[in-house]
Amino acid sequence: MRMWAQSHLCQKPQRATSVLAAAFALTFLILGSSQPASALPAFARKYGLRCSACHESWPMLNYFGQKFKDNGYQLMNDRDAPIWQNPGYWPVTFRIVPIWHRVSQGKQAVDSGDGQVERRITSSGFDLSGLDFHTGGTLEKNFSFYVLPSSDATASFHFETVMARLDNVVGSPWLNVKLGKFELDNLLSEKRILTLTGNGGIYQLYHFMPQGDGNVFGQMGDNQLGVEVMGHSYNDRTRYSVALLSSNDGQVGLPYGSESYSTFITASQAFDAGKLGVQRLGFYVMAGEAPTTWLTNGGAPIAGSGTGNKGYSREGFVGQFYFGQHVDATVVTQHGSDSAWFGQGYGDFIDNPTGFKNNTPGTTLPAGSRNPTWNGVLVEPHYVYNPQLIFLARYETIRMSQQSTPGTRSDLGNITTYTVGYRYNPFMTSRAGFAWHNEFNIFHQDGTSPLTQTNVNTSELLMGFDFDF
Amino acid sequence: MRFIGAILFAAILGLVLAAGFIARASAQEAPEVGPQPRLVLKPMESHIGNITGHAADGKSDYRRYCAGCHGDLGDGNGENAVWLDPKPRDFTIATFKCRSTLTGTLPTDEDLYNTIARGLTNSNMPIWNTFTRQQRADLVAYIKIFSPRWEKEKAGDPIKVPAEPPVTIESIAHGKALFTKLECWKCHGPAGKGDGPSAGTLTDSKDNPIRPYNFALGKDDSRFKCGNTNQDIYKIFMTGVDGTPMPSFADVIQPNDAWDLVHFLRTLQVNRHGKETEVLSAAHGVIPPYVDKSPAPVAPADNKSPGGGGQ
Repeated sequence: MRMWAQSHLCQKPQRATSVLAAAFALTFLILGSSQPASALPAFARKYGLRCSACHESWPMLNYFGQKFKDNGYQLMNDRDAPIWQNPGYWPVTFRIVPIWHRVSQGKQAVDSGDGQVERRITSSGFDLSGLDFHTGGTLEKNFSFYVLPSSDATASFHFETVMARLDNVVGSPWLNVKLGKFELDNLLSEKRILTLTGNGGIYQLYHFMPQGDGNVFGQMGDNQLGVEVMGHSYNDRTRYSVALLSSNDGQVGLPYGSESYSTFITASQAFDAGKLGVQRLGFYVMAGEAPTTWLTNGGAPIAGSGTGNKGYSREGFVGQFYFGQHVDATVVTQHGSDSAWFGQGYGDFIDNPTGFKNNTPGTTLPAGSRNPTWNGVLVEPHYVYNPQLIFLARYETIRMSQQSTPGTRSDLGNITTYTVGYRYNPFMTSRAGFAWHNEFNIFHQDGTSPLTQTNVNTSELLMGFDFDF
Repeated sequence: MRFIGAILFAAILGLVLAAGFIARASAQEAPEVGPQPRLVLKPMESHIGNITGHAADGKSDYRRYCAGCHGDLGDGNGENAVWLDPKPRDFTIATFKCRSTLTGTLPTDEDLYNTIARGLTNSNMPIWNTFTRQQRADLVAYIKIFSPRWEKEKAGDPIKVPAEPPVTIESIAHGKALFTKLECWKCHGPAGKGDGPSAGTLTDSKDNPIRPYNFALGKDDSRFKCGNTNQDIYKIFMTGVDGTPMPSFADVIQPNDAWDLVHFLRTLQVNRHGKETEVLSAAHGVIPPYVDKSPAPVAPADNKSPGGGGQ
């Protein structure tokens, strides 16, 4: 690293030339060898609609796409049953993202001659996301399903989504019942997020945990196991959903509590605002209990033995605002609260028996322990130049309003993150999705450096292809 | 410096790729031979109540939602058209199925506006009721740029739909007689199952095969192509379905005759519950013969008398 820095200046012209040459070579290689895609995304292929009909920019849904999803992946045009499809129709879509990215992580603990020190670690290179197999649609009119085996970059698979849904029960759009593992009914869907970087590719609000908190179970962004009752008006202006979930963060095999459940409730109303477009306002509440007490065998926690449930909640408002055909913004707020037990490090003893604590009989909390609470807001504006080109930005901040342990610095764990980027789809058909993606994210967290407990800044620059077929 | 170098690399590669993509996308849009057709964005308007739609404002939505099937030039030749049945509407000839106006005339703006929100059942045209009213009005205006008819002609006058008379077994019987007399059964079949002797030969105005409506499939929530109320069925008789073999009967039957026909057709929807089926049930499922002074045409020998009686 040091040698490269010393010789950097004298090598600069050569490096610039080689970078340019590599860029052109890559460009011509890609453009010269690629042909118009012939494989078919599942839903667009079934209904013959362009990606842009359902997606503001793929994969983020627009209002019509949300209605399609709420109807159980049906257009409600009497051709939703698979009997209308060619027998060769196979409702499968593959998605994968090859990228180049540069990640710079501040204040990492590293060994040195004088013990450990904090240093920034920066690395860059070509990389790959995992592979998603999306398969979904209808089994029959008003019987829909979605199965999503998803792999990490090493091709290790898990089931991200497995659900079946009874749509329009008793002939009414107000009653739909879903069972399985599924994404919570977040109006701003993290599974359809437009960003890809490590910190910008998730909504921090949906995963936030105070420093030292042991509650991994309140993550709204993770798909959860449970049952959901959902309903909506004919035109989807009014919609609600109520889900009963196992408090296990979507992990299969009952690995955590013996009887711990959570609920997720959301509702929203859309309004016709003339030339501005359709505006939507809503709220959500995720509340439940999760275990803190575990049976052990030889000191190791026993899966499924969790008791001693303690409570938590996440609630907030969501607004989707359109300002004509090109500009829109989504705002999500959150107030979160965990039981003081979680705040003191009780909770997920199964996955981290050395980092978290077991609430064994007779355990008492330290004097003065309080429920950790926080507030957050997310603002994500878009400029949609046309269906093929979207510019996006996001500002997200989370501020602790009460630390669990009195005397803890008040801003410990606070998060602020900025993301900017654009996605360009060189073609727009019903046959495949392809986006040239470019994004930059800055992530800041207060007081979490491992040695000096000072603020940490991380940045990531990413570009690549995001495609499905 | 490394960071600046990375930014430089990203910027250069991004720009080169974007330029390459734009060039490639532009090349894909060009026709194989001959000059590329040019679409002139005329300042067309639509008027729906107190809303005025502007073609220029509908362009973006048309491109996003409609062009895949109807085509960028509105000629019904979008990239999906080859896979669709029935084919997407060709806006360049401005012939529309669902109108409140007489056959051969242009529809009103409200007709098109309602069609967008209603969708067309038994086709790939979705229910676009997620649009704002302004968006729909803008799309109606945009559709008009594709055909010169909108500049030369005015929309027809909407027909008047008289109040619906009470459903009686006599009106159903008269409707059944009209179904025979007007030879509806030739296409729709004696029992309204869309299996009449001419059904297999029908084509639309662009020579694409077309199937007559199968009333027997109708359930409580079923829709017709141009609506789901008795008034909508009445309008179809009187306006016809332009671009298809379904003619207008406005010059052939009187309003009360049309209502009787509506009442009879509802009885062909054997899985639907309505006032017509209640009246038929009260008559023990039997439609009595209708005595007409004029001689009725004879039904084909291999077909039983059309009707839902007893089914």
